[in-house]
Amino acid sequence: MLDSPVRAPTPPTSGSGSIEPARGACEIATVADLTERTSEPPKLRIGRRIRELYLYREILWNLVRKELKVKYTASVLGAVWSLLNPVVFLAVFWFVSVVLGTGLADYPVFLLAGLLAWNLFNVSLSTGAQAVISNANLVKKVYFPREILPLATVGVTLVDLVLQSAVFIAFLLVSGYGFTAAAVWLYPLAFGALLAFTIAVTMWVSSMNVRYRDVQHLLGLGLLVWFWFTPIVYPARLVQDKLSEYAVGGFSLWDAYLLNPVATIVLGFQRALYHTPGADGVDRAMPDVSITWLAGMLGLVLFGSLALLYLTWRTYFRMSGDFAEEL
Amino acid sequence: MTAAMEVQGVSKRFRIYREKPSSLKQRVLSGRIRAEDFWALRDVSFDVPQGESIALIGHNGSGKTTLLKVIAGILRPTEGIVRQRGRIAALLELGAGFHPELTGKENVYLNASFLGLSRRDTDRVYDDIVAFAELGDFMGTAVKFYSSGMLVRLGFAVAVHVDPDVLLIDEVLAVGDEAFQARCLERVAWFQKQGRTIVLVTHALDMVRQICDHAVMLDHGTVQAIGAPDDVVREMRMTILKHDLDYLTEEGSKTVEIAAARLLRDGTALEGSLRPGQVVAIQVDLRTNEPVDDPVVSFALHDGTNRFVFGSDSASAGVSLGHIDGERRVTFRLGPVPFVAGKYWVTIGVHSRDHDHTYHVQDQRYSFEVQQPEGGRDQVFLPVDVEVHDL
Repeated sequence: MLDSPVRAPTPPTSGSGSIEPARGACEIATVADLTERTSEPPKLRIGRRIRELYLYREILWNLVRKELKVKYTASVLGAVWSLLNPVVFLAVFWFVSVVLGTGLADYPVFLLAGLLAWNLFNVSLSTGAQAVISNANLVKKVYFPREILPLATVGVTLVDLVLQSAVFIAFLLVSGYGFTAAAVWLYPLAFGALLAFTIAVTMWVSSMNVRYRDVQHLLGLGLLVWFWFTPIVYPARLVQDKLSEYAVGGFSLWDAYLLNPVATIVLGFQRALYHTPGADGVDRAMPDVSITWLAGMLGLVLFGSLALLYLTWRTYFRMSGDFAEEL
Repeated sequence: MTAAMEVQGVSKRFRIYREKPSSLKQRVLSGRIRAEDFWALRDVSFDVPQGESIALIGHNGSGKTTLLKVIAGILRPTEGIVRQRGRIAALLELGAGFHPELTGKENVYLNASFLGLSRRDTDRVYDDIVAFAELGDFMGTAVKFYSSGMLVRLGFAVAVHVDPDVLLIDEVLAVGDEAFQARCLERVAWFQKQGRTIVLVTHALDMVRQICDHAVMLDHGTVQAIGAPDDVVREMRMTILKHDLDYLTEEGSKTVEIAAARLLRDGTALEGSLRPGQVVAIQVDLRTNEPVDDPVVSFALHDGTNRFVFGSDSASAGVSLGHIDGERRVTFRLGPVPFVAGKYWVTIGVHSRDHDHTYHVQDQRYSFEVQQPEGGRDQVFLPVDVEVHDL
């Protein structure tokens, strides 16, 4: 369709030859993969999308690395800050628990077990809401799978969580507090459920916030309410004792309370790390549920979260084609 | 030849909101959102064969960058389809992803990953990048301490080391001084030699003629011209004429100036297209800045493929303009026009009789179009008289 392809003389290449190809010559021949861009929002095919994300994985690592560096390089204490936050939190609630008298033995262990998990969820969501917006310049100028942005924010908080958990667990070992073999296996299960649920919700929040900036304001309030409806600073046993009696046809308010997936996840972490019952043999912390029941609930949350992730990912994927325009 | 890229009927609509409803309340309460449609691209189609370089030209707001973003996958087309083979890298901005708190080295790796270079690729070319940017001593310094010139150099150094099958370049590479530009051209030439496909957005029309195989001119989101760079650039100049005269080539000492020139048909300004056989006139108004003896006015016609078709001047017509001090009008009557369908470009010049002095040349500034009657297959027009006699 183009006629007379007359190539004008190309400018002479200087003899320096200083510019070398970044890629091995053997790879150049592979010009086969066809990309099609149409007006239709593409359908999410998980396998293909994961392969594409894998191709762009370096961007994800680089963004996580960048965030961590930026967060900590210019500060004197560096990564210590990430530990200081839960410590201060711990001090405050320890004080509160002593004043209110929860009567829990080893309250710091109980609190931190749930709090660290909650922090991942909380921080991922609040920073995830800004994930696309704060990278507007990149989104407008560079192509890459947009899922990388919320994944990177979760990644950064995950690094913090791993750091905090490592110190926490090291402390449990060194102090001689130790683990209960019968319960500690819940930990990886709870961790998996937490991660899946967090990624699923963060995806949704970050895509919705591009179109409706209300989301970030709503989120602040929502997370505050959510925090207090999750048994982190107070024991779930208290809730079970007080709410079980209000029931309609076998479905009690306690059951409704457990519909909050984060509650189940936090219970999992607490059951895995916190010794219950305490020294006096009376369990004031954990609700009256068996470890198997809790494991079943965690499994349910995990699979439910993966299903939710599919839905929010699909929404995100559909909307992400228009991000560059809407920002 | 396989096409590295096919753009088929691509349109892009932007919704322009008077006030963008970015909250739920606004969206719910203002039942009807006042939005206007703006079509940045309308039914754009072209192919880019494997290994060729194509230029997208057009004035600001013509849709070039939008088209580049659609090809790169940053924007989704409203209609149409883009098919593209191989790895693609889009240079829409130098130093995409640069973060002021990170060091030069960290930024190189970050930026390179956005341009499709893996960590290992970047390792391999890192030293070259540093050498290219001439920033060896500063790679460990946070880029917030860089001057803007250093930042551009660093971004550029990474950009020229990308290695995709298809390279999209926005005007980013037009920044910088001449040495910089030369290195950029050198790099583009290298890509061409490697058989890579390049799509280039630029305002530098001479560069288009120099390095591209094809050019596509966009105007208000539609393809105005497509084909060999020379033709498209000429078309572009014609359009720019209405907006910006600086783009035109003019030469000469301007001792005598072409104050005005026009094409006439039947004594009035030419509008629309000519039919073969009609008479057209080129009228040139001269104005002297110094008195001049015996200048010669000449003209040349080029066809749509930039082939010289006809030229003449006042001297060879046996006309002398004599001593001029002030203004003079020269009219060439050409006719009947022997050409068939096509566009013809008119170059007008004024020079001394011995050709030693060029006073003023306007290169292909005017044009007229000849249209053949429907169904005509003539290669040339000859006036034919028919006589009928009783025998």
